[in-house]
Amino acid sequence: MPLLECRGLRKQFGGNVVLNGLDLDVSEHEVVALIGASGSGKSTLLRCVNLLEEIDDGMISLDGEEISDPRVDPDTVRRRIGMVFQSYNLFPHLSVLENITLAPRRVHRRERAETERQARELLDRVGLADKADAYPDRLSGGQQQRVAIVRALANSPRLMLLDEVTSALDPELVGEVLTMIRDLKADGMTMVLATHEMGFARDVADRICFLDGGRVIEQGPPAQVLGDPIEARTRQFLHRIIEAGRL
Amino acid sequence: MVNRRTPVAVAAAFTLLATAAACAPQDSDEPATGVSAGACVKDSLSTVTAGKLTIATDEPAYEPWFADNDPANGKGFESAVAYAIAAELGYDNADVVWTRVKFDNAIAPGEKTFDFDINQFSITDQRKQAVDFSSPYYQVRQTVIALKSSKIAGATSLADLAGAKLGAQVGTTSYKAITDVIKPSAEPLVYNSNDDAKKALQNGQIDGLVVDLPTAFYITAAELEDGVIVGQVPQVGDDAEQFGLVLDKGSALTGCVSGAVDALRTDGTLGELETEWLADVAGARELS
Amino acid sequence: MTLLDHTPSEVQRRRQTYRRRQTVRSVLIAAASTAVLGTLLVVAVTGAPGWDRVRESFLDPGVAREYLPDILKGLWLNLRLLVFCAAGALLLGLIIAILRTLRGPVFFPVRALATGYTYTFRGLPLIIVLYLLTLGVPGLRLQGMPSVLVLGGLALVLTYGGYLAEVFRAGIESVHPSQWAAARSLGLTYRQAMRHVILPQAVRRVAPPLLNDVVALQKDVGLVSLAGPIDAVRAAQIATAETFNYTPYIVAGALFVLLAIPLIAVTDWVTLRAARRQSGG
Repeated sequence: MPLLECRGLRKQFGGNVVLNGLDLDVSEHEVVALIGASGSGKSTLLRCVNLLEEIDDGMISLDGEEISDPRVDPDTVRRRIGMVFQSYNLFPHLSVLENITLAPRRVHRRERAETERQARELLDRVGLADKADAYPDRLSGGQQQRVAIVRALANSPRLMLLDEVTSALDPELVGEVLTMIRDLKADGMTMVLATHEMGFARDVADRICFLDGGRVIEQGPPAQVLGDPIEARTRQFLHRIIEAGRL
Repeated sequence: MVNRRTPVAVAAAFTLLATAAACAPQDSDEPATGVSAGACVKDSLSTVTAGKLTIATDEPAYEPWFADNDPANGKGFESAVAYAIAAELGYDNADVVWTRVKFDNAIAPGEKTFDFDINQFSITDQRKQAVDFSSPYYQVRQTVIALKSSKIAGATSLADLAGAKLGAQVGTTSYKAITDVIKPSAEPLVYNSNDDAKKALQNGQIDGLVVDLPTAFYITAAELEDGVIVGQVPQVGDDAEQFGLVLDKGSALTGCVSGAVDALRTDGTLGELETEWLADVAGARELS
Repeated sequence: MTLLDHTPSEVQRRRQTYRRRQTVRSVLIAAASTAVLGTLLVVAVTGAPGWDRVRESFLDPGVAREYLPDILKGLWLNLRLLVFCAAGALLLGLIIAILRTLRGPVFFPVRALATGYTYTFRGLPLIIVLYLLTLGVPGLRLQGMPSVLVLGGLALVLTYGGYLAEVFRAGIESVHPSQWAAARSLGLTYRQAMRHVILPQAVRRVAPPLLNDVVALQKDVGLVSLAGPIDAVRAAQIATAETFNYTPYIVAGALFVLLAIPLIAVTDWVTLRAARRQSGG
């Protein structure tokens, strides 16, 4: 049974249909990369899965339970899903450590000492232990993004959603974030990531899905989708990417 | 680096200062020369408006000094006295123009927009430094009034008032009577007007209110449903408290107006007006 | 090689000498022009024909000394009222602002009431509210009527609460929506997100206008005196009525300014700290 199932998702903003009957399955331990032009629905899809947006039609289920049911409490669902955004969204008034321990303490009601210990361990593993008491404005973009990922991991989620997490970074900082994501995959985390980094997608993803017009037009192993796509639109998109020197 | 425009700025500042200094306050008026008795008639008086006598009072004008807040109707003790003085100076009723000035403003130093003001002003030395007073036209006593239900309703001496919360209008001799004569242990409460003070009395926020005797009679008889006069406050010193008309400091009219008041007292007019308008105003208990 | 190891070149040393000389010249010119202007001002003002009368009327040291105790006593009332009314207004404002930002149809009456409150009390002149509450309401003779000071304080809390509610609301809405998204994504409930993420940022952002309003409140608390109690301004008014000298007002004014200085200093410090931490992205 897939960890995440999306069936016939539809989402419209005003007159603009962003998701148009989209289907997607993600198995446990699988890493799926979403690629596509701006406005193709990648971010919207992730926000719908995380119940930040309400779908207009369709169904989403996590671990076999339908989470798009209005009777389901979205807060409890979001505790099982970790999400990291393009703009870092660290809480500027809290230190790095406080950012990470906030949810475990308030949501899961764990003891402060224990959450801090776990947080420091996680920070240590990604080489940011010395930044634990610093405030976000003192960190570089890459460091902030890595802290954001650690913060999402502190909840021990079943699934991680990463929405273009490197798009706002300077090129030399992108690498450290990608390394961390690679490590996450090695640990067996199930991930869906929207990205522009084609090279990275090819290295890390088990499956790449190309979104266009609110649907998954083509999906498959990276070698196939990026190397020898079937659909014409996929080819067009990749052609533009290559021209821009991003592949 | 020194800005080339600096000398210009300095010169401009100096010019500005010199201009400001030139706009100095007015020099004080020369003291008025006495006017001979024969010249106290309409055409030789230098009033605010030639040919008219401008008289001022408060807004609202209270009973029993005025009636229906309309000084021009001649009713009420002070309205009647004002018209009597006007007649004495040779003005017809039609020549009298009324204007409204707040109590505090009338006795404050500064140029006046009236010829004289009649508004229960007690003559005090301090006020004399700021304005001129005419001869007195009424002798006044400060009086404590309260509601029947008040704890001081039955007080007979100042000692009985020691623990009371008393109120008065700001800047009045009634207020001074509380601080200088009655001297209760609690600080007096001070109001912008007697209207506010009356409301506070009705609300029970003050135990007693101090006002002059005729006002006390009027309030307890006509305005407050269950108001009582507690008693008159003892006079301090030898000089009785007197009402006088207020005129601009050094006004040329002071002599003539005082003369008019004296004439009205001599020929009994003041006494008659007192009887007519302030008849029931006698016989209030004295606080010891 | 650190910065300290570096010996400046000849060119750099000449530049430094030049700049140093220029700085000294600027300082001397500033001092000289200040001295000249200051002297001119003093001479011009004290030499003006009306100066003596102005000084007697507004700056009489004898009157100031005589009435200072009364004015200070009144100021103590202002201060006590300020502390309670500021706390009350801030609390009320915060609650109303949060109520106005609640979403969902079930909260509609609450939102409507809160909105109505801010419209009403920002429109009503403070004097009217004061008269109604301090002199009007006690006339109803209800059980347990509070004292004039409590009623007056309530009038101030209600009126200023309306302004502060809007300031708080602006603060809450100025926090970037991505902060909400991040907070909710971690599984925090609406209340938890508001309390731990949004409000701390919102309050820091609007601390300057909030403190500004508190400084304004400091002056308005004295209006309670219209119902009887003697505050600093009323004490000055009584003193002026007795002496016809305006020095008591100057004294009261100076004391108010002195009282405002610590509050203003705190405002500036808070603004500085908030600016440093500002990072929405």
